[in-house]
Amino acid sequence: MTERKIVDGKGSFCPGPLMELIVALKHSQIGDELEVLSTDKGSADDIPEWVRRVGHDYVSTTENDGVWHIVVRKTK
Amino acid sequence: MVGQKICVVVISGTLERLQAAAMLASVAAVSGQEVRVFLSMNALPHFIKGSTAEAPHEGPMGDLMKARKVPEFKTLFEQAIELGSARLYPCSMAMDVLGVGSEQLEDYLEEATGLSRLLTEVQDGQVWTF
Repeated sequence: MTERKIVDGKGSFCPGPLMELIVALKHSQIGDELEVLSTDKGSADDIPEWVRRVGHDYVSTTENDGVWHIVVRKTK
Repeated sequence: MVGQKICVVVISGTLERLQAAAMLASVAAVSGQEVRVFLSMNALPHFIKGSTAEAPHEGPMGDLMKARKVPEFKTLFEQAIELGSARLYPCSMAMDVLGVGSEQLEDYLEEATGLSRLLTEVQDGQVWTF
């Protein structure tokens, strides 16, 4: 059963949101989607690059009121 | 290719340099890269257990980082070990000069390491110096 988890990295700076995503990925199942919330634009740009480097699926990025929502699917 | 080994040599004890080194080490480690960190000179005293000395700032970025919610460099180094497979080595010369033994350093540091070991480790990796 896949689910979407929220990873709240708001207020933290690079690489805080990425580290929080990685902790959440460790506690997730393959196929789960994780939505990282970040107020740091650098993290919003860098997390998709990390996802591509290590081979998970990058789903989308949206921005709403200064909060970036980066969605990632765990593949392994 | 994700796999290349990096060796991060930290000799400065200032906040900006410790922060940059910790960021690089942690992100490389969680990207699957082999990471070796060598702590020497003014960087090492920050890793003595119970050390409360604040890392001095080089300039305005250090003040700003302190005021905002930037992850602490020691937390990032610990995450590099826990979430990746980074290893942190204390310089044996710096330990001798400071008069500290392994048991006085943070538990997540590896054994004391000298220059010959460092030179062997860096042979097949990129070297970054802070």
